[in-house]
Amino acid sequence: MTALLLVLVPLVASLIVFFIRNQRAKIFALIFSLVQLGLGLYVVWQFNPLGGLQFENNLSWIPSAGIGFHLGIDGLSIIPLLLTIFVTPFIILSAFGRNFERPNVFYGLILLMQASLVGVFTAQSAFAYYLFWEGALIPVYFLAAIWGGENRIRVTFKFFIYTVFGSLLMLISLVYLYMQTPANHSDEAQVFYLLGLNSTTQQFIFWGLFVAFAIKMPIFPFHTWQPDTYTESPTPATMLLSGIMLKMGIYSLYRWLMPVVPMAFFENSFLVMMLAIIGLVYGAIIAIQQQDIKRLLAYSSFSHVGLMVAGIFTFQQVALQGAMVQMLAHGINVVGLFFVVDMIERQTNTRNLSDLGGITQSAPFLTVLFAILMLGSVGLPLTNGFVGELLLLNGIVRAYFNDPAFAVGIGAVAGLTLIFGAVYMLRLFQGAMFGEKTAVVAGFREINFSEAMVLVPLCVMVLLMGVLPNLFLKLSEPAVKDLLDFVIPRIR
Amino acid sequence: MLSIFLLSVFGIANLFLGFLKNRQVLFVSAVVFLLLTFVANLVEWSKPLDLGSIINNAMMTTDKTSVLFTAILLGTAFLIIPLSQNYIQDKEAQPAEYYAILLFSLVGAVMMVSYENLLMLFVGVELLSIAMYVLAGANKRNLRSNEAAMKYFLQGAFATGIFLFGIALLYGATGAFSLSGIEKYVAATQTPSPMLYLGLMFVLIGMLFKVSVAPFHFWTPDVYDGSPTLFTAFMATIVKTAGFAAMFKLLSTSFAPTYNYWQLSLSIVAALTLVVGNVTAVYQQSFKRMMAYSSISHAGYLLLAVTAFNERSLSAILFYSLSYSLATVSAFGVLMLVSAKIKNEEYSSFNGLAKQNPFLAIVMTIAMLSLAGIPLTAGFLGKLWIFISAFERGLYWVMVLAALMSAVGLYYYFRVIIAMYLKEPHNRNQDIKIEVTTPYIFALLLTTLLTILFGLMPNLFFGLIP
Repeated sequence: MTALLLVLVPLVASLIVFFIRNQRAKIFALIFSLVQLGLGLYVVWQFNPLGGLQFENNLSWIPSAGIGFHLGIDGLSIIPLLLTIFVTPFIILSAFGRNFERPNVFYGLILLMQASLVGVFTAQSAFAYYLFWEGALIPVYFLAAIWGGENRIRVTFKFFIYTVFGSLLMLISLVYLYMQTPANHSDEAQVFYLLGLNSTTQQFIFWGLFVAFAIKMPIFPFHTWQPDTYTESPTPATMLLSGIMLKMGIYSLYRWLMPVVPMAFFENSFLVMMLAIIGLVYGAIIAIQQQDIKRLLAYSSFSHVGLMVAGIFTFQQVALQGAMVQMLAHGINVVGLFFVVDMIERQTNTRNLSDLGGITQSAPFLTVLFAILMLGSVGLPLTNGFVGELLLLNGIVRAYFNDPAFAVGIGAVAGLTLIFGAVYMLRLFQGAMFGEKTAVVAGFREINFSEAMVLVPLCVMVLLMGVLPNLFLKLSEPAVKDLLDFVIPRIR
Repeated sequence: MLSIFLLSVFGIANLFLGFLKNRQVLFVSAVVFLLLTFVANLVEWSKPLDLGSIINNAMMTTDKTSVLFTAILLGTAFLIIPLSQNYIQDKEAQPAEYYAILLFSLVGAVMMVSYENLLMLFVGVELLSIAMYVLAGANKRNLRSNEAAMKYFLQGAFATGIFLFGIALLYGATGAFSLSGIEKYVAATQTPSPMLYLGLMFVLIGMLFKVSVAPFHFWTPDVYDGSPTLFTAFMATIVKTAGFAAMFKLLSTSFAPTYNYWQLSLSIVAALTLVVGNVTAVYQQSFKRMMAYSSISHAGYLLLAVTAFNERSLSAILFYSLSYSLATVSAFGVLMLVSAKIKNEEYSSFNGLAKQNPFLAIVMTIAMLSLAGIPLTAGFLGKLWIFISAFERGLYWVMVLAALMSAVGLYYYFRVIIAMYLKEPHNRNQDIKIEVTTPYIFALLLTTLLTILFGLMPNLFFGLIP
């Protein structure tokens, strides 16, 4: 059982699905993603949090230049990996309600995306990582551009150029780091960690890499592509983008930024934290005013990312752990919420909040599931959102503890995310579910079996993570601790 | 070396086969001849054959590098020939002559990668160029084709003059035509005569013209656009590969000690080429013209590798020319089929191609991704290698510029992809099902698979580089 297998299964599956030229393609895609889920859960089961890098594949790619193809899973990879593998079957299943043209291509691209994402989260050598990073972009671009809404061509093109621009900056930085390694060179992450670059160089590398990650997540002010792309994409693509792909950026902070350029990471931490907090407040305020429910969720996602990034830049173990668990929680919640929005849109042909109302009268079961997801996203205790946000806020306050007034201030501003989150999510929930039944909602039906099969497991996960967070925190704890032990002495 | 003899003989043989009046025989014979030459070239991989006076007089050498370049050239030609199948059915076409000229031009190209004496380089350049002048005007009844041939010839002749003048000056300064003779002079003399620098400059200008580097690129768009697409593909791949191989050989042997003299000017020219090629390509409405500017921009990347001038440069140039040639052949191959049906070479002629002809659309997509340097294609690794070699030399500013320009490149390459997948065909009623014959499928499948294969397993090729 190795990491490479987890990349190859969806890759081969996608090639098979491409050749199934009818509606059976989706069944096959679902089966393959469930097989992958089985493998993934087995890996998580076998995973030893204290064991460092496991399930390794260390292949040589271009041996004459020391470029390897090194995959492996450690405590930092395991959470985003679990997220990718857990969420994909539900993304596929959630698409069953719509009949997409050319289903073989559609579902094949989703599986291809999964293969690339697993690659990003397990790659331990820089060029393999870059390969998967770009490899994840192509399928999601086509998903969004072919099956998207009216303005899809313009919007997705902007998204594409924007992210590739970031990637090229990243490529230059990675090539630079590679060139700094001792003779015959190496592109291993572990070798990059030990480079000990001087402060100026670290600054350049930091910005080269950080801009690429910031565009992907996105962080204010690199977010302008995001709301449009999320809104115009077909819902499964939106789920991939917000549920998993933005975690590529956050995960990369742990693996490819913090230990590689610790000094610059520390020097810029205040600036980045401010950007992140501006983003989280700004995103939340816009979300409160949105009428378009899909757009509302897009901004809420933008806002949540801000908190995670702010937490990572505190160098506090609780916050780094919080961001880990929040990645998983946010991925699960956002997939569920986008699915609910998609169901509403499919049945009412509108995403306008003011046209909706009274859905609960026709669909009480949906209301319950929606409520669980919504509360998870808001961060109510005993749901998954609570654990992550609590840890993150805790870390942010702790980071500035020697200046209590500032610590309380920044904690309060960051804490606004909870309050604003409650405001816009409750507004969405109330507006759509309660009140008088509106005209468009007249024919609304209760969710059917396959829809329940998407939402129920997600809701179970929301509660499970809320009640037993330690199950997940344990997975990454030693790795995060090791990371900080490594980084903190190197800050100066 | 063997390939030069074989190509010359086969070229003449093909001319005589023209008497048979059977075009299919010509086509098959050209393919077979190229295949034989390709194999014969590989025979010399481990040990060059002793072929008498040419070697003995140090006019040419065969080593692993030249065998690899020759293999790329012959392989590219081998992939282009199948694309000629529809073209030669045209009443006006004269396939016997075309194939013979193509084979003769390859003689010139092989000379350019294995020369040891500047005179042989000159002969090689001329053989290749004169063949190209003729082929650019192959479409006799077409005004644009005539214009292309005329422009190419006039400007090319001028560049050749400068090139030859440069060789004369080098001879004046060093008293030698051979690479080793010049090298000896350069290494021994502390203050070389100004004639040497002037000569080098003139020779470089001549070479840069042939590979269409800015500011010597003005002929490129018109010539590429006006020539029959088949020969445009030939020009864009063979001439470029041979030209860069020759330039690198000249600079890396004889003129290595004068690196400081030519390094700055070449890096400025590379930067200029990258900007001109990429930025102008953005404004094109015609796909073929875009490809012309894109070929200028790729010349910029290759020149960056030449300028970096270290042990990685050679592998970068080899790999980049390979990946570029494969993708360019794919792109022009699809263009030929589409434009034959739609009678138009604009981006819009690709609208909706993915629905009617998914095979062609996928071939084109992978070619565009490779040209744009997206991972999993050979183009990405080629670019990566050039970046690495430029980094090693410390050419940061050109490299950052090159990276930014490849972001610009994405814009125009993706316009084709967008047209194919996302736009509706102009005329829904019109059936634009394009008939793809077996030779086409063979060539396009091969270019596409090789692009992906080398993108995934570059070591198959890197392992060969000495």
